[in-house]
This record gives sequence, structure tokens and C-alpha cells, in this order.
Amino acid sequence: MSTWRIVRLVAAKDLRVEWRSRVVVNQVLPFAALVMVLFAFALDNDKVLTRVAPGLVWLATMFSLLLIVQRSFAVEAADGALDALQVAGVRPGGIFLGKAIALAAQLAVLELVLLGAAVVLYKTEIVAGGVVLLVATYLTATTGLAFVGTLYGGLTAGAKGRETLLPLLMFPVVAPVLIGATRATEAALGTEQATPSDGWPWIGLLALFAVVFGAGGTLAFGSLIDE
Amino acid sequence: MTGFMTSPHHLPGNPPGAPAATDRAPTSTPFSRALGIAALVGIGWLVVFGLFLSPNDRVQGSAVRIMYVHVPSAWLAYLAFGVTGISSIAYLWKRTRSLAWDRLAGASAEVGVLFMGITLVSGSLWGRITWSTYWTWDARLTTTAFLFVTYIGYLAVRDLGGTHQQRAKRSAVLAVLAMMEVPLVHFSVSWWRPLHQNETVENGKLNGLMLFTLFVGLIAFTLLYVWLVLHRQRVLTLVDQVDDQGLDAAIAERRNEAVPASGGAT
Amino acid sequence: MIAMLNAPNVIGSYVVTLGGIALYTWRMLARGRKAARQVPRQDRPWT
Repeated sequence: MSTWRIVRLVAAKDLRVEWRSRVVVNQVLPFAALVMVLFAFALDNDKVLTRVAPGLVWLATMFSLLLIVQRSFAVEAADGALDALQVAGVRPGGIFLGKAIALAAQLAVLELVLLGAAVVLYKTEIVAGGVVLLVATYLTATTGLAFVGTLYGGLTAGAKGRETLLPLLMFPVVAPVLIGATRATEAALGTEQATPSDGWPWIGLLALFAVVFGAGGTLAFGSLIDE
Repeated sequence: MTGFMTSPHHLPGNPPGAPAATDRAPTSTPFSRALGIAALVGIGWLVVFGLFLSPNDRVQGSAVRIMYVHVPSAWLAYLAFGVTGISSIAYLWKRTRSLAWDRLAGASAEVGVLFMGITLVSGSLWGRITWSTYWTWDARLTTTAFLFVTYIGYLAVRDLGGTHQQRAKRSAVLAVLAMMEVPLVHFSVSWWRPLHQNETVENGKLNGLMLFTLFVGLIAFTLLYVWLVLHRQRVLTLVDQVDDQGLDAAIAERRNEAVPASGGAT
Repeated sequence: MIAMLNAPNVIGSYVVTLGGIALYTWRMLARGRKAARQVPRQDRPWT
């Protein structure tokens, strides 16, 4: 079996599991929306909310990413599915890319909802001049997050105490994405008179991040899930 | 996999082989003892010079005295994480998959976390005097804090259990990932907050005695690092062997259960 | 320490540094002694 076929099969399998169980739609999405409401309670000031909206959107994304990753690997660990794939001789790099693609797809839906929530709840306005930058930010950041999520999810899959270990390992790593994506989104939305040209260097950082962890994950995933 | 492998202190039955006589210092050798004494003497010197003999700085006043412990511990923490990274690569590189490299990486990371924690505390005490704040979002500070948390996670992964080789492989990959993460964090934070605090000490103006004190600190702490890692790595070896004995004992027990009539099953 | 300003911070940093090292060292050696009781002497490659 070619690696690309494995990638497609694994990604389709993960998305099918989600389509049938609706865990992300029925549980993670409402959670993310709730977080956005809680931010509004905590900050209690419309001006402040509009100012920090890009950061809150990405922060809520990080929290939700944690849940989606845990879900994605709970499915695998339940029946030793990951081990079975390994025994069947499926290349781990293919599993990694497949799971990352499925994760990115779910994350993208979630981010769109969160952006919508920011528009509705925080008076965020999307300006026409920044749409290209916004799309680029979402593409690069989502890719990077999906790679890191899959990598560290695989590392903690099946381990005792993974619920608490995963955030400890993953959040320091995704910090550059939080910084980069927030600054780029601010530039795209024109927060604090920022212009889209302020955002493009951050896209470079986000893309570099995605490439580094994509390559690292494809190479290292085998030794991480090897039990 | 198995519960007892993660808890080395609850051994079933008697371990094979005669237990060593209880001795006070099982991990020390004449060399490490000499090294330890040298490190101790160095630290004594450091305290005497740092607190009493060296003068106050013209700009920083007495705060400069914190530097004599702060700079060496920061240097040690970075050295320790560097050693962890290199020995993790060595573990993955060599076909032999030698656990000695893994133990060196683990020992060094633990010592590094200790010194990084110390660095953060002494640094914020210094910052409180000099910048009148415990913390600033400076790139160097933030990267340091991230390193600290990252290697706490690394140590947690080492405790996940499984066989020694599993632990070694997992943690080695994680250490390499951490080395890729550090520059990314540093770049992103320094772009985010380009203001860089002037490091008064590094901009010269240290007189002879102050420089001497700093060097005493660096040498004493480096000796201390070698001593600590040497011992920690030996303790790890001992604990790993206790784990193995537990496994052997459990296997032997199972075999005896399976063949109750005959004395020695193969 | 001639009429030192900010003495709590300066001395505190020394206490934290040296105390932290001492505490760690002591606990590490105690762990080693505990494990060594169960390991035969010939299994210590450094001796």
C-alpha cells in the first residue's frame, strides 16, 4: 500500500468516526462557545473584548484542540487499534499524516465557529483588505496545530495519566502558534490600527512551525507509538 | 504494561543474587568523592567572595551579588539541557540503543530542571531590585520559563512506565523535539516583545574581583554539575536494575505456578 | 556584606540556590542508598 493511500484511509476513517459519533460537534463546539462567553464575563468590558478578541479566539482554539486530540487518540487506544495498525505493517508516517489531516479538518470547522462567535459576541469586524491574510493565518496555524496535536497525542496515547500530561507537553510547544496567529489575526482585523503588512512576517513563522513539526512528526511518530 | 515496573519500591519476593551490604555511599567512587569535595570548596569560596569580599557594583549596588549565583546556575541549566539533547541524539543514532545514553540524558535533564528553577527564582529576586519587577516579558526570560516547563514535561514522560527501551526511545524523541521548539519560542517571543533589557553585567564594567568571583561560581557550579549527573546517573542505573529484578522475579513466579510439580522449569 | 541594601533579596537568592541544591542532593543520594540495598555489588559498573 502506498503511503498516500494510507494517509487517505486513516484520515477518512477518523472523519467517519466523528461523523457517526458527533463528539466534536455535540461536545467540543458547545464547550468552545462557552469559553468565549466566559471570557466576556471575566473581562466585562466591550472595548477590551474587541481589542483582545483575536487572542481569545486562538486561546479557545488551543483549549478545544486539547479535547479533539484526546478524543482522536482515545478512539485509537480503546481497542489497541494503533498497535493493530503497527502490527499490520502500516507505515507510521502515513498514520501521522492521516490523523493530522482529520484533526486539521475538525479544527478548521471549530475555528470558523469561534470566529463567528467573536463577530457576534465581541463586535469583531472582518475587513475586506485583511481577508487574504486571515485565510493564510488560519491555514498555516491550523496545519501547525494539527501536526503538534497529533505528535503529542500519539506520544501520550495509552499512557497512564495522559489527560494531565498532554496539556503540560503540548501547550509550551504551541505557544509560538498562539503568539504568531494572534498577531497575524490582529493585523488582518486591523486591531489597534495594525495593517495587513504587519501580519505577513508572522505567517512565515507559522509556516516554519508547521514544516518543522510536520517533518519531525512524520519521522518520529513511529518510535513514539511503538509499544 | 505492568504495574510493578513503574513502582520500583514494591518488589515481590526476594531478588535473585545476594543483596549488597548496606553501605553509606553506594554511588560514589574515589574520583567522584574528590570531585564533590572540590565542588564544595568552590561553593564555599563563592559564598565568601560573593557575599563578603567582592565590592558593590557602581550601577547595581548589592544586587550584583545575586549574579554570582544566578549566572552560573543559568549556564548550568543550559549546559544540562544541551547534554540531554546530545545524549538523546547519541541514543537514537547508535544502533546499539545503549541505555547508558538514556540515563545520562535523564540525569542531566533532572539536574537542568533543578538549576532552571533556581535560576528563575534568583533572577526574579534580582529583577525586583534592578527593574523593580519580578518578571518582564523579555525574550530570554520567557524562553527560559518555557524551557523549564518543557523539561518538567520531559521528566514526566520518563516516568510513564513501560520497558526501559520504550522509555528511552520516547524521551529521546521528546528531547529532540524540545530542541526544535526552543528556537521557535525564542523567535516568536523576541518578535512579540522586541524591547530588550540592557544586561548591565555583560556590558563590561566588572572590576577584577567581581570577574574573579563570577569565574569561581562558574567553575564551582560546573564541577557540581558533573558530580550531580554522575551520581544521578548511577542512581538511575540502580533503580533500573531493581526494576529488572522485579520483572525477573515475576517471571520466575509465573513459571513456578505453571509447573507446580517439578522444581526447576526452563 | 558591608551595610548591604536589599539584603533579604541577596541573601534569599543564595539560600534558595544552595538550599535547593542541598535538598536535591540529599534526596537523590537517599534514593540511591535505598535502591542499592537490592542490587548486588557486582552489578555496579563504576566500582
